[in-house]
Amino acid sequence: MSAINPVEPFLRMDRIPHIWCPGCGIGTTVNCFTRALIDSKIDTQSLALVSGIGCTGRVAGYVKLDSFHTTHGRAIPFATGLKLANPKLNVVVYSGDGDLSAIGGNHLIHAARRNIDLKVICVNNLTYAMTGGQTAPTTPEHAITSTSPYGTFEPGFNLPHLVEAAGAVYVARWTTFHVRQLARSMQEMFKKKGFCFIEILSPCPTLYQRRNKMGDGLDTMKFYKEKSKVKNDAPTSEVGLTLNGEIVVGKFVDRDRPDYGSLMRTQYVEALGDRYVECPEAVCS
Amino acid sequence: MKADPRGVLTGTHFIDGDHACCEGALAAGARFAAGYPITPSTEVVERFAARVPTVGGSFIQMEDELAASITLQGAVWGGAKAFTVTSGPGFSLMMEHIGYAAMTETPCVFVDVQRGGPSTGLPTLPAQADMMQARWGSHGDYEIIALCPNSPQECFDLTIRAFNLAEEFRVPVMFMMDEVVGHMTEKVVIPPADQIEVVPRRHTSKRHEDYFPYGTNGDLVPEIAHAGEGYNFHVTGLTHDERGYPNMTPQVQDNLVRRLQNKIRGAADRIASFEEEGLDSADVVVISYGITSRVAQRAIELARARNLRIGKLRLITAWPFPDKQIRELASRVKALVVPELNLGQMVREVERAAAGECRVLSVPHAGGGVHRPEDILKAILEASR
Repeated sequence: MSAINPVEPFLRMDRIPHIWCPGCGIGTTVNCFTRALIDSKIDTQSLALVSGIGCTGRVAGYVKLDSFHTTHGRAIPFATGLKLANPKLNVVVYSGDGDLSAIGGNHLIHAARRNIDLKVICVNNLTYAMTGGQTAPTTPEHAITSTSPYGTFEPGFNLPHLVEAAGAVYVARWTTFHVRQLARSMQEMFKKKGFCFIEILSPCPTLYQRRNKMGDGLDTMKFYKEKSKVKNDAPTSEVGLTLNGEIVVGKFVDRDRPDYGSLMRTQYVEALGDRYVECPEAVCS
Repeated sequence: MKADPRGVLTGTHFIDGDHACCEGALAAGARFAAGYPITPSTEVVERFAARVPTVGGSFIQMEDELAASITLQGAVWGGAKAFTVTSGPGFSLMMEHIGYAAMTETPCVFVDVQRGGPSTGLPTLPAQADMMQARWGSHGDYEIIALCPNSPQECFDLTIRAFNLAEEFRVPVMFMMDEVVGHMTEKVVIPPADQIEVVPRRHTSKRHEDYFPYGTNGDLVPEIAHAGEGYNFHVTGLTHDERGYPNMTPQVQDNLVRRLQNKIRGAADRIASFEEEGLDSADVVVISYGITSRVAQRAIELARARNLRIGKLRLITAWPFPDKQIRELASRVKALVVPELNLGQMVREVERAAAGECRVLSVPHAGGGVHRPEDILKAILEASR
């Protein structure tokens, strides 16, 4: 009898094989996520996962959790409603760089500002992969994409810097080469209250690596190994990504400030006293 | 079941339609709203923001209408009855999420207090020009339900009905107010909670292993589970099978989209509600809805004073459109007169349903005010000739 992979109970095995390309890093991140679920012993019944649209958006369809594949860019506001209606839920947002930082960029910064208790996992493959590899806000300058055939010239987003400035309490970055560190960061994030953000640099050999002559999935692992430098607590202003330069990884931010739920309760109690009805079971008749 | 008394402000009030809508939502059991300010709808959520922390629930002001219209859906899957409130420009931004609610069968209410458009248009002045957008604004084939109140009292009563229909059919319901009804202050009677009928969520009681999120039991409306109950269910805006799994084959698309349509169309008679008067002996019937029905009333009275036989049909449900009733009427009257605060929207449906059986006269008005009764009277006189 063949051994069962310990991550299988957390996956919808009846939906495997998945749609991701050979060498794609998204599956690796899901593997780390399921490892983190196992090792953290988190109650998965009270854990919901929300995705937007794109390659990473498909994660919601493969995990055996209450899972929501929402609209493009709107995973965070959907997750916000889910969390507010049932504060006992642990809500993970699992989506891509284009979904979270371009079309969903406004929601990203406001959720960080509110410090709403969401755990955001952002798989950054530096491009819009589902649609064929177009320029994203994260695409490094000079990279070739299908819509920048002569090389991009827009400066790319430094996501850790953005979310730290907006108010996130936990910010880390790893690559799909750093599987142990990544799983450990996810575990830390599960324990943290407030808006948490992990960026995972992940290869898209089919579109981004190929067009930029960076080889296949394995070559990208070698690239990540060679270029990555662990700098915990690095100032996020200094961790921007470039086409071929150093990739600063590590835990950049781990701080405490009251989350949206506790701020709301404090304010209502102060203003309304006994008239405040806190009612998480509220909700539905 | 009966309304939760905590949300019911029993008594006689003198409030505007926006506030009455908020009280209707609370009475219906809504405990979550997400909004973004926009005239002339903002008073609904202003009142909700003040009331809901004393009732057990929450309001969040989101960064835009795109967010508001999906945040409320997250809340629904977390177990709440939820809604959002907007006007024209915000309604336009919400279209994608009306489609998402239709596709994922998320029971919820979108309140649109209509103002003049297109674009920013007339922020403080009325129109009824979002009626087709309410029906067709999101892409793809789907059905919604739309209600049109014509008074603050109906803003209360019909908001409850909007939530009840949303739960019964697992469909987004459009609550199509207009600026005049929203800002008009009148007497609103809120009955005791035990006299308010509230439709509970179609929550599943199936065992985890027997539950199919989009399986139906013959009545075309699936049972729902909420996050955190151990069902490990999947929800997607992609075409999906009974398990909720993406399945983009023509056959699954056909089954799904037809069911989404049939669950509403098949119940159109049950959903339809009207105010009717003098239809049996009428030569001409004025068909109107919302604030325009109150102006039309004056025109009908003026015409009757001239010994004309004029009937009144007020559409309380605009969608699904009551084809059968209009066709029956068309077969026995000379003409139908359709005044509305737009350049001719619902009149197209009336013409379609009447199918040439009688004359159909449009009485358009570009909005920014209401018709003069004389303009509607003129059309009635023309129709009576």
